[in-house]
Amino acid sequence: MSTIAMPAPDAALLARKATIVRALTEALPGGTVISDPAETRVYECDALTAYRCPPLAVVLPRSTEEVAAALRVCHAHGVPVVPRGAGTSLAGGALPTADSVIIGVARMNAVLEADFDNRFVRVETGATNLSVTGAIADDGFFYAPDPSSQLACTIAGNIAMNSGGAHCLRYGVTANNLLGVRLVTIDGEIVELGGPLLEGPGIDLLAVLCGSEGQLGIVTEATLRIIPAPEGARPALIGFDSAEVAGECVAGIIRSGVLPVAIEYMDRTCLRVVEAYAHAGYPDCEALLIVEVEGSEPEIADELATVEAIARALDPVEFRLSTSAAESALIWKGRKSAFGAMGQINDYMCLDGTVPVSALPYTLRRIGEFSAEHGLGVANVFHAGDGNMHPLILFDANAPGDLERAEAFGADILRLCVEVGGCLTGEHGVGIEKRDLMGEQFGAADLEMQMQVKDVFDPGWLLNPAKVFPLATSAARREAAR
Amino acid sequence: MTALAPTTEAELAEAVRAAHAARTPLRIAGGGTRSLATEGGNARAVGLAGLAGVRLYEPGALTLVAAAGTPVAEIEALLAAEGQALAFEPMDHRAALGTTGAPTIGGAVATNASGPRRVLAGACRDHLLGVRFVDGRGQVLKSGGRVMKNVTGLDLGKLLCGARGTLGILTEVALKVLPAAKVSITLAYSDRSEAAAVALFCAALRTPYEIAGAAWRDGVAYLRIEGSAVQAEHRLTQLRARFGAAEMLEGGASAELWRDLRDVKHFAGTGPLWRIGVRPTDAAGVAAALRERTGARVSLDWGGALLWAAGDGLTAAAVQGAVGPVGGRATAVRGAEPAAPAADRRTALIAGLRARFDPAGILNPGLVVD
Repeated sequence: MSTIAMPAPDAALLARKATIVRALTEALPGGTVISDPAETRVYECDALTAYRCPPLAVVLPRSTEEVAAALRVCHAHGVPVVPRGAGTSLAGGALPTADSVIIGVARMNAVLEADFDNRFVRVETGATNLSVTGAIADDGFFYAPDPSSQLACTIAGNIAMNSGGAHCLRYGVTANNLLGVRLVTIDGEIVELGGPLLEGPGIDLLAVLCGSEGQLGIVTEATLRIIPAPEGARPALIGFDSAEVAGECVAGIIRSGVLPVAIEYMDRTCLRVVEAYAHAGYPDCEALLIVEVEGSEPEIADELATVEAIARALDPVEFRLSTSAAESALIWKGRKSAFGAMGQINDYMCLDGTVPVSALPYTLRRIGEFSAEHGLGVANVFHAGDGNMHPLILFDANAPGDLERAEAFGADILRLCVEVGGCLTGEHGVGIEKRDLMGEQFGAADLEMQMQVKDVFDPGWLLNPAKVFPLATSAARREAAR
Repeated sequence: MTALAPTTEAELAEAVRAAHAARTPLRIAGGGTRSLATEGGNARAVGLAGLAGVRLYEPGALTLVAAAGTPVAEIEALLAAEGQALAFEPMDHRAALGTTGAPTIGGAVATNASGPRRVLAGACRDHLLGVRFVDGRGQVLKSGGRVMKNVTGLDLGKLLCGARGTLGILTEVALKVLPAAKVSITLAYSDRSEAAAVALFCAALRTPYEIAGAAWRDGVAYLRIEGSAVQAEHRLTQLRARFGAAEMLEGGASAELWRDLRDVKHFAGTGPLWRIGVRPTDAAGVAAALRERTGARVSLDWGGALLWAAGDGLTAAAVQGAVGPVGGRATAVRGAEPAAPAADRRTALIAGLRARFDPAGILNPGLVVD
């Protein structure tokens, strides 16, 4: 049993399934439309697997024109559309409703153009995040946003959720690395926004599109900024016996003028699990930081010396500089396997709130108190440099009532994040998961203005239904559209 | 009509509500450094100098929150004392436009003002974390927040960044700040054509040496190198090895050069001035076309991605003739009427947004912001 409600499907649309599928099949080449319930079941959920619902049909186009054709059919029939990349959303961003058609871009994965003089690549958005860097690495470039799911997740999903990753402290998130898109509107028109130019437009539609979670249209091509790869990178590992001191260390490093590419944090609960799994040689301590800097050897040595001086002054239980590629890999191995290692011992719910860096110690203390109140364990692993927390709430999916308790615990944490000056989600998106908490962060007028932006792009409210906006807040618009 | 000079957000909202009800057009003047000459003559000016002050500055979190009317100079001084800076280096338009007033942080955000470090650090919009603003109905709204990673809801702040007040009047902005470079050095390569300069820029910007400025003016190509003492030394050595020796500017001389380039002081005066966005590899061709057809003077910034052109022959038609074929984007900054944007779905979406944010059409009416 779960607690996030989805609207009842439109019975009239369910009854017209055959007509809708026929219209899609006629508009698209063979092998593009899936409607057999045994096959649509594959698409019943994303990575928020507690919520499942097979769609009416699934369309897997091979071109922008086919996406447009599918959207024209859905628009004409008044069918809700759920855009889908690789289905790795942790927030239920690609969860279908029973009366919806999924339009997935996974088959459109070509790298169309790589221009190293003008420093951009143009890709179809079904390309995976990692494949973009893969296509340009030999020429000395990389694409900066690096979400943990980068092996599987698509650029389409990255744009929809404005994805981040471990390296955004220095290189920014998707919005900072996205130059242009080819957008298909709900009525099937193809619109170019932005492009390779650095000079932006006045009113920047791309800016509001990025992170709009499929509410405004479907993006089929993207022009992405690419960056020359650094000469080298090396991490340091720092253990502390208190979260407060670790927080002080993070602020001290940033104030010193060193801007690491990543500052990662793990707490004791997480460390113990990770160490048992990955044998990375982590110390058993309250707070572990991994600080990575980039550059040539002399530059790295200089910056890590600054980091070491700051850390040593705070009396760490351990300070370890990597001295080789093997040592660097080992330091990162534990962090990179944290989610997998936690998953081996427990079911968990991964949260994603952001807090001001100065509020990290207080937030961690309060999370510990919530943990006792709800009777569920929690492990913390997150990007400390930018305050993007990932508390993992541990629960037993087979124990009646545990999921509900975990969700209540999670809601308490997210309210806390807002209370201390942060936000509900730093990189995973709102989806269905945080939809009904939006009122904690925004006033009614703020949400109304956001919904009016959607009105302009999607007047019939067909795109990605029941996501982002609280169900009650969007009810009138969704009903009116029926 | 007297100018509005609110001293609180609530006062501003009240004034906009009244203007909305009476359909009184408003001209958002901010700090008064830009000459917005395109609105109807009866528009009432809204000055924002009264909404000033830094609300929050946490150097350890790289975060600054300030009221929109806060002078940029005040913020830069505050940050400099902590060894930090606004990495996007907002342009000061006074020299180019021959105006007075004080550039404000709200004005920088409303125009997405981004200086030479654009090639490395991104535009103003890339440093914007959140906003508070008053929409065209007089409602106080907010979007984003004060943290660096935030994907909660639609990002209206970035939509307002560059919209020049047409979607709302900014009252408060939250920005990501960055450590200031401890050392900044310029390599000056003289006797370079635009084509030679762009070739140098493209090659230099492909290196990992974090070029923090690449501009060309009067036959000289400039590369700015920044970082710690160790970084600057390493980068300087590497760049000289690859691209040859060059005259070197350090300290105050280097800082002054980039300030002047940022503010386009070399084209101060009167007559048409355009800023033109192109692909760097198209810059030399566009520059040559403009010079041959109109006798314009040209300079380059952003490694060739931004071209400045000044000259009496630069009508919208002449500029479009040179820029259109390569898909560039031209904006009249001074002394010329902008070309009307094409009527397509994109401009229809923009018109739709303006109608939602400002139903009575009172915010900078007539200002073309496409």
